[in-house]
Amino acid sequence: MSLQNKYQEIVDAATAAGTQDLLVREQDGVLYIDGSANGTTKQQLWDLYEKIDPDYASGDLVMNINSVSGVLEGAKLKITTNRSNLNIRKGPSTNDEIIGKAARHEIVTLVRKENDQWWVIKTDDGEEGYSYTQYLTPVEA
Amino acid sequence: MKLKLPRILLMVCAIALLGASITGCKKKQSDADIKAAVETALKAEPMSTVTMVDVKDGVATLSGECKDDMCKASCEKTAAAVKGVKSVVNNLTVVPPPPPPTIAADDPLTSAVNDALKAFPGVSATVKDGIISVTGKIAKADRQKLMMALQALKPKKVDVAGLTNN
Repeated sequence: MSLQNKYQEIVDAATAAGTQDLLVREQDGVLYIDGSANGTTKQQLWDLYEKIDPDYASGDLVMNINSVSGVLEGAKLKITTNRSNLNIRKGPSTNDEIIGKAARHEIVTLVRKENDQWWVIKTDDGEEGYSYTQYLTPVEA
Repeated sequence: MKLKLPRILLMVCAIALLGASITGCKKKQSDADIKAAVETALKAEPMSTVTMVDVKDGVATLSGECKDDMCKASCEKTAAAVKGVKSVVNNLTVVPPPPPPTIAADDPLTSAVNDALKAFPGVSATVKDGIISVTGKIAKADRQKLMMALQALKPKKVDVAGLTNN
């Protein structure tokens, strides 16, 4: 229960922001917080996490706030890599062959979600394949 | 002398009880008064997440959610102890505990971790029994992004003891 107290501020903020499917439980000295929220809420919760546990050094919280669960097929996505182009691959892993590239800040279309990490996307040029979701940001309608 | 302490405690309790019921003094309590009193009493229950109290002819009906049977029983007891409550209908439901966290198996977790780390040159990690141990150097500003990526992979734990800031 002490871990819940330590991170209570996060749980309260997640509840207040209307986080969907919020699950909070403790197991073997680690607190797990799962849920779905928008990108702004996710950022807010992570900033709280960093404030409570600087550098995430304690290793006693695993927080998984999915900010893209509400994104539907056909949605427009912006490529938000740090600097380079985003690889489009034949399969859902970096071991799979690169079959195309999407430029930074290019807008592509979501075809299908393979899992939380890999989505099938299609560029306006018709290139279609798997890309890493970390670099795909839904374009607000 | 020894006997006096409990007596004092009793008196304190009695005064507190008097204070709580002073508004209802000398007139018959209406159902609305009782409802308010039950709601107040239940608010003091830390475990209670009762959402609704309904009182009709002195019969209090509790509905809402409780985290376990103990909470359910204790809420009923608290409500029954409120002045004017003749009986309690306990319609509280016990919420089943949340499912335990899903921990990814080491093989898929390892490849997912390797995928995630491609964006963070200078950072490496090993996976054992669901625990991701991260080593290397990272810019402080990138640390949050790295943790967002790793903690989304359903690890048991992310250990960053070996990760220093640039």
